[in-house]
Amino acid sequence: MRWLDVGQIDDMGRMNSPIHHLDARAKLIVTLAFIVVVMSFDRYAISALTPFFLFLAVLIAAARLPMAPLLRKLLLAAPFAVLVGAFNPFFDHQPVLQIGGWTISGGWISFTNILLRFVLTVGAALVLLATTGMYRLCAALEQLGVPPIFVTQLLFLYRYLFVISDEGAQMVRSVRMRSGVRGLSFREYGGLVGHLLMRSLDRAERVHQAMLTRGFDGNIRRLDSRRFGLSDALFLIFCLSVFIVARSWNLAEHLGRLLN
Amino acid sequence: MHMADALISPTMGGTLWAASAGLIAYCARKVRASAAEHLTPLMGVLGAFIFASQMINVAIPGTGSSGHLSGGLILAILLGPYAAFLVIASVLVVQALFFADGGLLALGCNIFNMGFFAAFVAYPLIYRPLARDEYNTPRAWGASLLAAIVALQLGAFGVVLETTMSGITDLAFSSFALLMQPIHLGIGLVEGLATAAVVAFVGNARPEVLSVRLAPTRSRSLRPVYIGLIAVTVLIGGVASWFASTRPDGLEWSLEKITGETELAAPAEGAHDRLAAIQERSAIMPDYDFKSAPAEGEESPNWPAVGAGTSVSGIVGGAMTMGIAILIGLAVRMGARSRERTVG
Repeated sequence: MRWLDVGQIDDMGRMNSPIHHLDARAKLIVTLAFIVVVMSFDRYAISALTPFFLFLAVLIAAARLPMAPLLRKLLLAAPFAVLVGAFNPFFDHQPVLQIGGWTISGGWISFTNILLRFVLTVGAALVLLATTGMYRLCAALEQLGVPPIFVTQLLFLYRYLFVISDEGAQMVRSVRMRSGVRGLSFREYGGLVGHLLMRSLDRAERVHQAMLTRGFDGNIRRLDSRRFGLSDALFLIFCLSVFIVARSWNLAEHLGRLLN
Repeated sequence: MHMADALISPTMGGTLWAASAGLIAYCARKVRASAAEHLTPLMGVLGAFIFASQMINVAIPGTGSSGHLSGGLILAILLGPYAAFLVIASVLVVQALFFADGGLLALGCNIFNMGFFAAFVAYPLIYRPLARDEYNTPRAWGASLLAAIVALQLGAFGVVLETTMSGITDLAFSSFALLMQPIHLGIGLVEGLATAAVVAFVGNARPEVLSVRLAPTRSRSLRPVYIGLIAVTVLIGGVASWFASTRPDGLEWSLEKITGETELAAPAEGAHDRLAAIQERSAIMPDYDFKSAPAEGEESPNWPAVGAGTSVSGIVGGAMTMGIAILIGLAVRMGARSRERTVG
């Protein structure tokens, strides 16, 4: 079940490594910059994108993240981009490349380009979460100027995601036990989901009361008051300059030329 | 209809990021101003509820398949447009981060497509005036159905527009639209019925729940949002079309690098030009300028070409879409009002 994986990536955020210790703001900005730079390549770029894999690989290695769960996530998310991209070879027959006896059309090049973009952008987002964790990421959002009310309810959402999903799973299981795998009619569905909704509302009410008695005033206070340090600044500057270099020059091609 | 980063251009992603960020700031201010801060735990828990509800599937009659809530409309009914928009946005944030459903830069597009149309078009312009405060009446079911269908059609159209304007995929606008709109007609139907079923049940069991929402007191208070929408439409239509039509020689350039010639022996004329034009949309930094810069030091040749002619078509297209949306809204509103008169 995909719900079980959710916590796994977040748990990785509590691991201990130099990358995990970096300020969440620096990592968030670097990740967004990475995605923008990858997206800015033209649709036939392939070799120029490859150096960016190095960045992900270095981060994953330095953060000592396990590969299997990350790859599983990546595959789960793949269908939409692959499906839309898979139309390109059908529409674009422009021959652009000849390798041996094979003529490769522009469509296949741009399809490959979409797949590379997909792996890079989704991979970057996963690595960000796996090296930061949801709480520090939300704190970074607030420090970067996202409205506190938005961040607070995002944290609530995340906190209760597991609790209420468990309740939902229980309801589904009990329905299955009593009526088999038969589909629910809209009336039955309304009753079931309606009950889940009312339980959620009750829970929200209880949670709010409990928080009020503990002095909740609408803001969640962060305990870690980490400063944006020198290492964070260096990380930020280093990554951004690497992106600029890799965007301006096709490093893979230069390497190829060097080897020839 | 979650869009992935791999399929959109940075221009498109950035524009809609700005639009969605603006809307989030605006909604956050509205919620805060209403002094309804008890709403924050409620909003978070309801966001979690949307996820949990997606574990429960409803059978779609006659098809053998099943569907579930995507949640935009029911959140708007429970919380009102402002708080609902924030919750939809955070549901999408969690989906992007934890499920890799939609990318981080595409988040702006996704929040706009799924949040804006549900919270600020379908709910206030269609659901509210039609259903009024009824639940579990044919009127409420009809309102829910219509609101969900309109929200999903507009959202799907947004996906089509943003994807084809980004130009990463070769899928033509019309064929992509023909693919997306009918599918989302079906999804909208299920969404509408499922929403109505839940609202009917909760309304019967505990009617007071349906009145916690933070509804706009007068429809006039939504005006800044609509002005924002107009600005975004003009911005996308105008700006994106500059990027779309500059220097249609990107393919030649890449061909030159590969084959040593500017053109292949037998280029397919129409397709070639079209592709070359589309390709340029995705490039935000023209890298060949960077490369030639040290050698020649020349200025980057008019990029983006801010031409009146090219952006006119974008603005016209955007204006037409907006016009259709507004007309639908007005028609529904007038229909509701005349019915009110005959009833009352």
